[in-house]
Amino acid sequence: MRTLIFRTAAPYLTSLMLLFSVFVLLRGHNEPGGGFIGGLIAASAFAIYGIAFGVPEVRRSMYFHPMAISGFGLFLAALSGLLSYVFHVPFLTGIWTSPSLFGITVDLSTVMFFDIGVYLVVVGSITSIALALEEREDG
Amino acid sequence: MISGEDFLSYCVTAALALLSLSFLLTVLRVLRGPTLPDRILALDMLVAIAIGFIAVLGIKTGYAFHVDIAIALGLVGFLATVAFARFVLSRKAKDFDSPKGVKSRAKRGK
Repeated sequence: MRTLIFRTAAPYLTSLMLLFSVFVLLRGHNEPGGGFIGGLIAASAFAIYGIAFGVPEVRRSMYFHPMAISGFGLFLAALSGLLSYVFHVPFLTGIWTSPSLFGITVDLSTVMFFDIGVYLVVVGSITSIALALEEREDG
Repeated sequence: MISGEDFLSYCVTAALALLSLSFLLTVLRVLRGPTLPDRILALDMLVAIAIGFIAVLGIKTGYAFHVDIAIALGLVGFLATVAFARFVLSRKAKDFDSPKGVKSRAKRGK
């Protein structure tokens, strides 16, 4: 869509939505949010960028193929489940650790990496669908 | 003299009543709207009113995460409006490209 106002606003809006999606993803453990809804927000950010600048520009800005991102997310989610095998607990059991970095305690868990995996799967697959639909519209 | 809390609760009730009224009027525009862009604008307005509802409910119940829902709805609602606008534009372009569309447009013009 070749309108000046939309083209000027779209990059700012896209970056804002991506930032918000990461915020929703990381907050998702104890409060509303999580990987799925964060991924949907990120995918709609890419959709807005695609409507403003066209599909090739989105593919260039994402650097990796959307399905590759999706596959890496699935791999990460499965890997976070496999870590429980080392500690002799059932598959996908949440394992927590709290290392302190520069005096601040950071709670890390396999649950978080599973959620990041879900996020990447949703971003990759929904963006792939959106870009495919956009491409057919153009042609 | 009414206390601050009472005043706030009156204000919340009044805001909810006004938002309901505007919601109904906008739904009326969606149903009647003579052209497609009218309906799309009305749907965009519905999203804005829903954001207002969520904000007022957030004040009423005191849950802060209602604001995040409002932010998400605002961002996604914008995407919906943009997609609709794109749909209208591409439909118009197709109408003008094909000779049939021009003819039907000319007929409608009479």
